[in-house]
Amino acid sequence: MKNKHIPLLFLFFLIGCGETVSPVDAGLDTQILHFGNGSEPQGLDPHIVTGVPEHHLLISMCEGLTIANPKGGENLPGVAESWTISPDGKIYTFYLNKKAKWSNGDPLVADDFVWSWMRILTPSLGSQYPDMLYYVKGAADFHQAKTNDFSTVGVKAINDHELQVELKNPTPFFIRLLSHYSTYPVHKETILKHGSIDDRNGLWTRPGNFVCNGPMNLKSWELNKQITVEKNPLYWDANKVKLNEIRYYPVSNESTEDRMFRAGQLHVTNVVPLEKCPVYIENNNPNLRIEPYMGTYFYRVNTLHPVLKDKKVRLALAYALNRNQIVDKVSKCGQKAAYSFTPPGSAGYEPDTEIPFDPSLAKTLLAEAGYKDGIGFPVLEILFNTQEGHRKIALAVQQMWQENLGISVQLVNQDWKVYLAREMTGDFQISRAGWIGDYEDPNTFLDTLRPNRGNNKTGWENKEYDQLLELANSTNEQSLRYDYLMQAERLLISEMPIIPIYTYVRQYQLSSDVKGWHPNLLDTHHPKFIYLER
Amino acid sequence: MLQVILKRIAIAIPVILVVASLTFFLVRMAPGGPFDAEKVVPPQVMKNLNAVYNLDAPLIIQYRDYMFNLIQGDFGPSFRYPGRSVTEMIFTGLPVTFELAFYAIIVAMVIGSLAGVIAAVKRNTLLDYIPMTIAMIGICMPTFLLGPLLVLYFGIHLEVLPVSGWDSLAGDKILPSITLGAAYAAYIARLSRGGMLETLSQDYIRTARAKGLPEYKVIINHALQGGLVPVVSFLGPAVAGLIGGSFVVETIFQIPGLGRFYVEAAFNRDYTMILGTTIFFSTLIIFFNLLSDIAVLLMNPRARSEA
Repeated sequence: MKNKHIPLLFLFFLIGCGETVSPVDAGLDTQILHFGNGSEPQGLDPHIVTGVPEHHLLISMCEGLTIANPKGGENLPGVAESWTISPDGKIYTFYLNKKAKWSNGDPLVADDFVWSWMRILTPSLGSQYPDMLYYVKGAADFHQAKTNDFSTVGVKAINDHELQVELKNPTPFFIRLLSHYSTYPVHKETILKHGSIDDRNGLWTRPGNFVCNGPMNLKSWELNKQITVEKNPLYWDANKVKLNEIRYYPVSNESTEDRMFRAGQLHVTNVVPLEKCPVYIENNNPNLRIEPYMGTYFYRVNTLHPVLKDKKVRLALAYALNRNQIVDKVSKCGQKAAYSFTPPGSAGYEPDTEIPFDPSLAKTLLAEAGYKDGIGFPVLEILFNTQEGHRKIALAVQQMWQENLGISVQLVNQDWKVYLAREMTGDFQISRAGWIGDYEDPNTFLDTLRPNRGNNKTGWENKEYDQLLELANSTNEQSLRYDYLMQAERLLISEMPIIPIYTYVRQYQLSSDVKGWHPNLLDTHHPKFIYLER
Repeated sequence: MLQVILKRIAIAIPVILVVASLTFFLVRMAPGGPFDAEKVVPPQVMKNLNAVYNLDAPLIIQYRDYMFNLIQGDFGPSFRYPGRSVTEMIFTGLPVTFELAFYAIIVAMVIGSLAGVIAAVKRNTLLDYIPMTIAMIGICMPTFLLGPLLVLYFGIHLEVLPVSGWDSLAGDKILPSITLGAAYAAYIARLSRGGMLETLSQDYIRTARAKGLPEYKVIINHALQGGLVPVVSFLGPAVAGLIGGSFVVETIFQIPGLGRFYVEAAFNRDYTMILGTTIFFSTLIIFFNLLSDIAVLLMNPRARSEA
């Protein structure tokens, strides 16, 4: 007994009179939120970066015309206090909040948006998200350098507090795009002080230089360690903000993050380790959160492959998979079997497509394609990026195809970038893939499979599908639009260039002290609604 | 002595240039580029990006430009982290990695040489067998196992030490230093035991004993200097290895050091970052090998005369 405490005493000596209150416990008094943020952000320039950790940081430090509704559904006013839409759905007029200010005290005016949108559309900036604004009239032409006259782009300041945007087509989800960081305003004077309009490497995002307009303001940024943001007293809705600070930790190792959460160093984690999830579910861990997410896990089929170009083969492959078994026995973390490309419930869109698990039908289809009992069927490859979760699913799929169709496939795993390069150049037969929506609308999924879209990657080109999406884009009536999109979805599932497997869920751990945090499809938790209380 | 150092430096420069050139072409041969992502960007965007980073120029021109900048000490901007230069990132991570390596080497030296010397002096007793068995286990136990085990026990079970961090919570440097030092402590224990055994059987030790010196004086004044030579020559590569190999410990304990940049740069195809860190690490390795050679020269008169 006595011996056991010797190392303990030694350690206490080393620690001295260190604090004994964990950061999470201390948060109740200090209102400091400790946030597991996945990886080191590429940067903090909303027009340059892409990715989820960057999104978490930017929604707290900057604000677009609208903000995502914490409970899901229509966006809430951000910098725009209100807006009107013309009857044809093409002209939006935004009335900016007169209290809106930059964090240095400058008033935020309509011209700031015009200049900011011009910046992201400037070709030499090399922004990776300019297509979010391609819905604006003339934006694509300006970005593709067909003109260098920005006045041809449909955005103009009527006066300091009125911004008018003209769209190419009625785009019912346009308001939802405006909470995405690519549409955020940036402070012209600050950017020009540290570089030119198209300077990717300007130092304006460093602490001390950074000026933006969100509920929080950048306090410190230590590479690979933490980013701290503090309450911005000049924010137009500052009275509502209860958190004093948020500390974002770039914890890329899932197990480390899990241990940090258990030791009270984090309020919220980015993920749950793969092997821990089933255990936590079984133990009813009260901190485990599993929430619907707007993403689909699927297998991409190379429709240019001599065997896979036959629709019947693709259908046979899809019908031979028991999706329920995959989510219950393999992925085991609350995922939902997927029977459509667009996850159900995206902005009220409920796809009615079905993908039966029917081995005998699958066999018949394969026989009709000329491979009775799988005889003569070549050995195909399933390509995936090296990760245990993907491997397990590929193994299950391999086994199901072997059992139900009598065909054998090989598993090929590759480093992430090699996998991407092979997918992009069409050097694959079947590859695992995932797609996460950028905004809450079926268009963010269905649009990717139109011909000539870089993210299609399957080689599948269907004119009818393309027309249906074009029709959907040209109407301003939501029910008619969903009708066209649904038809497109049915066509897609009957052609099966992609084989949906499951709908993603967000799995993470959240301390019960965190209040004002609601599940929503895009997993956007605006800091102005969050506070800590036990 | 000076001649030796100058000769080594003269060899080092072409070595570094060859490393830089090889790395430059090897990373370009790997499939995938820095801007490939799950969401493919429109071709126009890719074109713009390549233009911004000079990736649209012929490879040989890019190579010429890169080497030209390198000779002036400019590693270029990071592709993955716009607004950061590779030099800035290296020098942000370096002090942390150095500090971690420094603590780890102290842990390794103190535990390792103490255990090794005792084991050699008390040869073939329990004081020899037990530390050497532990050392064997230490060599075999990977840090990615030892680290989480220590964290689970001291951080989560006993709740006396932070499970992660660096310079943010009291005592957060203890576990990573022990974890990283442990494997090296084990090596050093075996090396110092071997070195000491050899020295203890030398004639001059017998002379020292014969003239009636107490045993502790024999060991401290006479045996240690010769017995620890293998340890010192191991220290050079060990320090370089500690700095380059701290990636695992940095990841387990969420430490903002250089190792994570090094490994992640390769996954991200952050060309300039891969090149910068590789060149930097090879310089370090050459430098520390040189240092340990000098130390050995100072400790060993025979090597000095041969040089």
